[in-house]
Amino acid sequence: MSAVRWTVRVQAIERAMFLRVAWLVLRKDVAIEAKTREILYTTLFFAVACVLVFSFAFVREGQPIEGAGGGILWIAIIFSGNLALGRTFERERYGDTMRALLLAPAPRAAIYVGKLLGIVALLSLIELMLVPMVALLFQAPLFARPGHMVALLVLGTVGFSCVGTLFAAMLMRSRTRDVLLPILLYPVTVPVIIAGVLGTSALTQTPADEPMATLWIALLAFFDVVFVTLSLWMFEPLMTE
Amino acid sequence: MRKLLTPLVVLTAAMFAYAPIAILNGPAESTMLLISKIFYFHFSTWMALTAGLIVCGVCSAIFLFKGNATADRFAFAAAELVTVFGAFGLASGSIWGRKAWGVWWQWDARLPMALTLELIFLGYLIVRKYGGPGSDKLAAAMGIFGAATGPFIYKSVDWWRTIHPQTSVMTTLSIKAPEMWRLVWFCTGAFLLLFVVLLLVRVHLEERRAELDRLYLEAEA
Amino acid sequence: MNIFRWPAAVAVMALLLTAPAVLAVQQQPPPANEGFVQANDLPATEQLPAAPLVVAAYSIFLVLIFGYVWSIARRLNTVEREMRTLEQRQSPGGVRR
Repeated sequence: MSAVRWTVRVQAIERAMFLRVAWLVLRKDVAIEAKTREILYTTLFFAVACVLVFSFAFVREGQPIEGAGGGILWIAIIFSGNLALGRTFERERYGDTMRALLLAPAPRAAIYVGKLLGIVALLSLIELMLVPMVALLFQAPLFARPGHMVALLVLGTVGFSCVGTLFAAMLMRSRTRDVLLPILLYPVTVPVIIAGVLGTSALTQTPADEPMATLWIALLAFFDVVFVTLSLWMFEPLMTE
Repeated sequence: MRKLLTPLVVLTAAMFAYAPIAILNGPAESTMLLISKIFYFHFSTWMALTAGLIVCGVCSAIFLFKGNATADRFAFAAAELVTVFGAFGLASGSIWGRKAWGVWWQWDARLPMALTLELIFLGYLIVRKYGGPGSDKLAAAMGIFGAATGPFIYKSVDWWRTIHPQTSVMTTLSIKAPEMWRLVWFCTGAFLLLFVVLLLVRVHLEERRAELDRLYLEAEA
Repeated sequence: MNIFRWPAAVAVMALLLTAPAVLAVQQQPPPANEGFVQANDLPATEQLPAAPLVVAAYSIFLVLIFGYVWSIARRLNTVEREMRTLEQRQSPGGVRR
């Protein structure tokens, strides 16, 4: 076989192995979670409690403040995401499974991608419940432009989760991990939060400002690419001693 | 490095002694008069901060991927300087805004992003202090993300039209008021020199700390 | 590092697809100042004196810079003092090893 064909074949095998490892890690997380559904239910109820608390701040004389729905939705997603990240990696730390994963002859970046997909899946389930709830309680027309809304939510969740997974993984060995995670994570993901909230506001105002929302979606996509690339690049050196 | 320090300090002090005189005697800007005198130091501090961002980002990346301890010391020093210069940038901008726009703070794009950058590097310092073992690598990750967010702050004012001056103010200044333009770059030079001086001094502190750690380890051996 | 080639391709495609929307938004006229009046257009009674603010800004600068230099000096003194104590403990003929 010629050298070029051989290289192409090897690269294809590497790519397949990468995807397979990521899929295996994701399947492991989903299987463990599906047994007890502990993280899912507790985080879900936390999100609901969050929205309740915010309603006391942002509802005046029985009417929600103009445009409050979008902001509250994203705050609830960020706070629940923080909790979910902490709980997921606490589980890894307790069973010392991360060290086992890192010892395996698998590309480190694939392990990261597997964990990231697990977190994104968990947050997506929570958002499935949160979006109708916020739309109902705050009379926000979140379903008026479903395509844009889904794009905003998906890109925002991926952007937040990719940095969150990296930071939660690297903080696992730290003593003050619980308080350090939000301190480090929130400032870095501010561009994602801003884009998400302003994009949602653009969609829920009357009349809906679609070009503005598209601009924010494009910016979110750009942030996501930058953050995912940086996180993939940094995962390996951060996880080695 | 050490031999350069004294002449650098002297030069920096001289530039800073001259700057206020030049600023006071300089031309007054037509719409904002006296308060625009803050602009010279405000712009210069953000230039020094950008220098700090670049140093911190590059050195953090070198430390994370090559394990170079000197790079780590430079990154730590640069992060502290970013915090100090950023604090002055936010304070001076807030004071200028109070006079020019009537409010101490305004929620446009550039100000919250600048505050966010400040928080990211404060997070760097917190992780360094309270992170426990391996905190130098965690902090390096924060440094890299902070440096990556920097360009977004710069461009944000052009993408979201708000009341903050557009970034093209410097190019129009060079055409309309060359003396102001020269003075701004003089102040920027003074600030960059100050940044270099403080960086060298701070790195010296880190080197002494590393030496102390080495002595402790030897004593225990 | 071929995993980084496709994110770059995705980024380029995303930018190309959304560029028309961005251009459309930018061509709209800039919004009015939305209630912010340039401060020197206000009547004289509402204007603030500028001189104390300028003085405040420059003094904040001096406080910050000197405070930072003082903080470095203090930390350096602590480290030097600890080093001297350590060296003294070790030099009188190798004490407890």
